[in-house]
Amino acid sequence: MKVSLFVSCLTDTFYPRMAIAAVKVLDRLGCSVHFPQKQTCCGQPMYKNGFHREAAVLAKRMIDALDGGEQVVSLSGSCGAMIRAYGDELLADDARLRDAARELAGRTHEFSQFLVDVLHVDLRELGVKWPGVVTYHYSCHLRQLGVTDQTDRLLKQIEGLEYRRLANREQCCGFGGTFATKFAELSGAIVAEKVAAIGKTGAGTVISNEAGCGMNIAGACRRAGCDVRFKSVAEVIAEGLGLLERK
Amino acid sequence: MSGEAEVGRSGGGTSGGGRILFPPLPYRMKARITQALGNEQLQQFVGQATDRKTRESDAVLTETFGDRLGPLRELAGRIKQHTLDHLDVYLERFVDAATAAGSHVHFASDAEQANAICVQIARREGCRLCVKSKSMLTEEIRLNGALAQAGVEVVETDLGEFIIQLDGDAPSHIVTPMIHKDRRSVGRVFERKLGAAYSEDPVELCQVARQALRQRFRAADLGVTGGNFLVAQTGSVVVCTNEGNGRMCSSVPRVHVAMVGMEKLVPTYRDLTVLLKLLARSSTAQAMTVYTQVLTGPRRDGERDGPQQMHIVLVDNGRSAILRSEHREVLRCIRCGACLNRCPVYRKLGGHPYGAVYSGPIGAVLTPMLRGLVNYRDLPQASSLCGACYEGCPVRIDLPGHLIWLRKQSVSQGVTGLRERIVFRVWAWSVRWVSTYRLSSWLCRRMLRAMAAVGGNLAKGDRCSARGWIGWRVWPLSRWTAARDLPTPPADSFRKWYAKYRKGSGDE
Repeated sequence: MKVSLFVSCLTDTFYPRMAIAAVKVLDRLGCSVHFPQKQTCCGQPMYKNGFHREAAVLAKRMIDALDGGEQVVSLSGSCGAMIRAYGDELLADDARLRDAARELAGRTHEFSQFLVDVLHVDLRELGVKWPGVVTYHYSCHLRQLGVTDQTDRLLKQIEGLEYRRLANREQCCGFGGTFATKFAELSGAIVAEKVAAIGKTGAGTVISNEAGCGMNIAGACRRAGCDVRFKSVAEVIAEGLGLLERK
Repeated sequence: MSGEAEVGRSGGGTSGGGRILFPPLPYRMKARITQALGNEQLQQFVGQATDRKTRESDAVLTETFGDRLGPLRELAGRIKQHTLDHLDVYLERFVDAATAAGSHVHFASDAEQANAICVQIARREGCRLCVKSKSMLTEEIRLNGALAQAGVEVVETDLGEFIIQLDGDAPSHIVTPMIHKDRRSVGRVFERKLGAAYSEDPVELCQVARQALRQRFRAADLGVTGGNFLVAQTGSVVVCTNEGNGRMCSSVPRVHVAMVGMEKLVPTYRDLTVLLKLLARSSTAQAMTVYTQVLTGPRRDGERDGPQQMHIVLVDNGRSAILRSEHREVLRCIRCGACLNRCPVYRKLGGHPYGAVYSGPIGAVLTPMLRGLVNYRDLPQASSLCGACYEGCPVRIDLPGHLIWLRKQSVSQGVTGLRERIVFRVWAWSVRWVSTYRLSSWLCRRMLRAMAAVGGNLAKGDRCSARGWIGWRVWPLSRWTAARDLPTPPADSFRKWYAKYRKGSGDE
């Protein structure tokens, strides 16, 4: 299957290893992975802050960059969900662009969603081994994509991995893009609860598939002296298949 | 008791803590956020209560409806939407049916008019003591103050509201108004204001309140209620309560006045049942509220109970402006409080930092629409847009969508500050072309890594994962680092890695 990778700005810049892992895992699963270089930012920060004209310009670029009818795999749930806003909001007035945006949204999946719902992967068959104790942070914007427990299911298929569920798993980590900087104090109080919940699990590794949540929670853990590592599910699978050196 | 109650008392507290819910405008949230975050007790009470309500509510909804929950919410939303889309028709039908049942129906275009109507009824009928059941609308229009000014004593009879009124505090939740208080503060206020012996026992405290309230119910000559729904078919006002106080207010005094927002209409009884199925379950995890009254007209000939007069005041107060806008959907709200209970921001702050009668996600949407975006510019911004509210809403109001729309209005109306406008325009420009995107990504990497290096917090190693950390709390970094450390990017971006990885494979 041909796959176009959609790598968010934060992933590209701050968490390249998440995307590297995704490329290697998808390659191994027999997909023909392609990274369209014309992509830049999906416009989410501008859209969510009310700068819709600016966001629409970026939306057009993304539609153009991801044109071609291939399955699109996004390494960010919120940026993946952003594609939906293209057709529903930003470009709704232009019939041609709106249709193109809706067509694109229809073939865009978040990474874990793609593995579970499209490829129907069973990691047990692939012999993924990754000894260690992990917990998983569910990122809010997965809701908009209808992603629920895909990552949990994948983690549970990994040999040697002990999965401990986070208390109040669905509660937001307090990132919310620019919310984290506009209301730093409030955002900090919200993420403090997440840090406490992580500490209680006793897990050494936190799985977070969203770069933004990762930056926020990892930064708060470091400030609080909570010593845990952060990885995406793609990285764990890549390490468990020997495609990436375990860190 | 929260520190905010002090503010409430000094503000005169006409309808309870005036300045808390009606601060000087334009209102900014910052000071109250800091205050709320410094109040550990508040966060503990609100956090625990909202967490418990959400879990219980989810459990009862899933248990009762299973897979039908989604479709049921869609149906409930469509019923409300349909009614709003044809509000003129249903209002007319309601007025005809209510009048035929013997009620007097009044229209009020704003708060002032609504209060004037109620005051006029009280004056004409010579009412001196008003018992009142819980109503958000009367908080919104500040009816208590207006009645007090006209010489009518007002007693809140919902237990939570009663305590808040005694304490000069203000409600902080649509459904559970004293979510921010505990039994000790109740014991203290009963001791101080009612002369009761101090107690922390809920049963004893309830007895104290019950006795105080019984006397008032017997003596009252005016009963004011809100209304959860209005049924157009029959001209009925539906009032949902849990303590029976609503029933006392609507049946014991001679005169009953129901003050209701005009968006509360549903077409028929059948429609009502759909909404009733969802209201209490979404709100308090009950299958139904303990008392669900359907009030259709005053006491009829030959009946022994009920008021001699029933008045229904239909209040607009900014609603028709929302109705005319493309965001009519917000008026679907049935005030269940599910969005408050699920909101990470509300859970941390409680209701008072919203500076208005309606708090939480629905408040953040409704308040700027009712009272001006310029007056409440922070409200739509103080959200991570996590979507938990939308997920829990029984009538499917896209609350995050409306928050984004208000942010868009902020930009287009010039409410957004110059600095922010510059930041976002520069940001949009910096990622507009691949070349500028690469340059800004490179600059971001270099600058942040250089700062981490100066602080001695830059790890060496793998070019795509070894990163550094920044903890400096200097502006503008402090916007992030005030709350947590900032990770730096690793040396190389994914793009760079990918170009090398695919070299020679014929790919881009």
